[in-house]
Amino acid sequence: MNLALVKPTMDGAASDVFVAARDRLPGKGPVAEVRQAAFDDFAQKGLPHRRIEEWKYTDLRVLLREIAPLAGPPDQAALDRARKALASLDVNGAHRLVLVDGAFATQLSDTASEAGVTVRTLRAMLESTDVAARADLLRTSVASDAMISLNAAMATDGIVIDVAENAAPSKPIHIVHVSTQSKTAAFTRSLVKVENGARVTLIESFVAVDGAAGYQAHDSVVLWAGNGVDVQHIRLVEDARDAANIATAIVTLGEHTQYRAFNLTSGGAVCRYQAFLRFGGQNSHADVNGISLLNGRQHADNTLVLDHAVPHCTSNEVFRAVVDDSAHSVFQGRINVHPDAQKTDARMMTRALLLSDEAEADNKPELEIFADDVQCGHGATTGALDDSLLFYLRARGLPEKEAQALLIQAFVGEAMESIADEALRDVAIATAERWLAARG
Amino acid sequence: MSALLEVRNLQVRVEEREILHGLSLKVNKGEVHAIMGPNGSGKSTLSHVIAGKPGYEVTGGEILFKGEDLLEMDPDERAAKGVFLAFQYPVEIPGVATMTFLRTALNAQRKARGESEYSTPDFLKKVRAVAASLNIPQEMLRRGVNVGFSGGEKKRNEVLQMALFEPSLCILDEMDSGLDIDALRIAADGVNALRSSERAMVVITHYQRLLNYIVPDFVHVMSKGKVVKSGGKELALELEESGYAQFEDQAA
Repeated sequence: MNLALVKPTMDGAASDVFVAARDRLPGKGPVAEVRQAAFDDFAQKGLPHRRIEEWKYTDLRVLLREIAPLAGPPDQAALDRARKALASLDVNGAHRLVLVDGAFATQLSDTASEAGVTVRTLRAMLESTDVAARADLLRTSVASDAMISLNAAMATDGIVIDVAENAAPSKPIHIVHVSTQSKTAAFTRSLVKVENGARVTLIESFVAVDGAAGYQAHDSVVLWAGNGVDVQHIRLVEDARDAANIATAIVTLGEHTQYRAFNLTSGGAVCRYQAFLRFGGQNSHADVNGISLLNGRQHADNTLVLDHAVPHCTSNEVFRAVVDDSAHSVFQGRINVHPDAQKTDARMMTRALLLSDEAEADNKPELEIFADDVQCGHGATTGALDDSLLFYLRARGLPEKEAQALLIQAFVGEAMESIADEALRDVAIATAERWLAARG
Repeated sequence: MSALLEVRNLQVRVEEREILHGLSLKVNKGEVHAIMGPNGSGKSTLSHVIAGKPGYEVTGGEILFKGEDLLEMDPDERAAKGVFLAFQYPVEIPGVATMTFLRTALNAQRKARGESEYSTPDFLKKVRAVAASLNIPQEMLRRGVNVGFSGGEKKRNEVLQMALFEPSLCILDEMDSGLDIDALRIAADGVNALRSSERAMVVITHYQRLLNYIVPDFVHVMSKGKVVKSGGKELALELEESGYAQFEDQAA
């Protein structure tokens, strides 16, 4: 007897989102086919929920409920408002590329060309005539997941960057996502290729104009680094307080390559950052660090999957969270050490500072080790501000609030120390200070 | 004229245990008092209660500082009024640079007193001068508060704060613990430099040794939560000879 358990995984509303958007999505022919296949995969899986192990603590069926309709392209008024929102984000000397509601905004972006850096938009490439290349822009073999599929199905635009062999652009590349609309969803996908011997700094910011509410930012970044490459990658998530930010990074590293990432989440109601990093060449190193600054009812999830697929690679993950009110921080770290990945050194450490009785921090480290000559470790601490430190500061004249603020700053500041570049560290610190100041 | 500090019949509990059973002490401006006693006699409890450390329940008596009810004040208010506790075990605060901490604390106290905050150059000048006199290298001031400091460096950092904040009452809790003789001498010299007719000190110690360096005007012996004997500096020497045992019987 054959028993098939048929369970509707997707209600009509989600497929309506795709059907309604389909004609507006760039790319015909093979691109449209890839989109349809990706959407079918999403529709079959449905929004991730707590019984999906990877989404155990971030049940999108509860937190997101549904996918909002696709955002329309911004009009001039929206671009003008977006320009204002950019004012506080000026990263000194960065090459700025702005996406407004999921569409590249030429008039807000730096268009001057820089030696060794090729910048195109995903939309232009999807609509180009080079049939062979364009469908691959939406495919990935490194990771699969309902939200990655949804992003591939719906992506309207993004930045496609190529950093040429041995190039070392003096300016960081700053991709800024600005949301101006309410209750719509933007889907962006950026692809970054860093050729052998190149060095580059990539910054991503997520912000909103005043008044944009309840929107969803769905993003993917596919980063491919060759051999002897050095990449710094900073993310600053400062979305509106009731927005959702669902983002995936897919990173592949060659040999003798360094990848240093830092993810700062201080905005958004529901944030998920999932990074899938694969060591494809020996003697490479990855630092994947970050901090979440959460209050109110914010929920931020950092989920990392590191694949040590080859020998002699090292990785270090350090994540911190400051959690106030009834906010919720999630860290999931998975390290896979493949059978021949000897001499792997992989470490993971999380620290959560809980500032209220209702605050919650969940940590789930997972190590799957199939090689026998490796060093892997993980640790996690969760606690309140140290009473003995608070008393010391108060005995020196600091009122309670100030003493707390100084200790929170210290906790945050220590996390920032892992950002090697001083200018970038200052940008991250300024972002954290905005959060601390708003806390009062 | 009222005393700078007046502790009257102080009774203190920690959880269900009474630690101080009616302690009285009067300290005037310009005086240096030593409080001696065996472990567990309540010396540190007294210093903590004066500074306002949470976790102690005052069940009776009062503490007046400059005629005001000290027990009604938060720890930071007490600091701004001029109470300074030099900790027996100064805490390490990673991520807070010593210089930032000193400036934040000093300006918080000045603000609470309605005084103007120090400008950065004035502040730096002041800190550098004091640090130099205590043999504290500039590099130490850039590090996190007490992070990686030796026992002696931590105590010198306490004396540095004392010099900077210019309190009217300094309580030194077991300043000699963990210090070798050279470190002790440097710290004690720093303290002696701060002796003045406007300032009082309460030196809490288990051993007479410290009092060779910081010579008190008065010595009080505590046992089982009370002052059981008071006298001049010669009382400390007497104790060195005879030990605390005699007082334990007396208190019981």
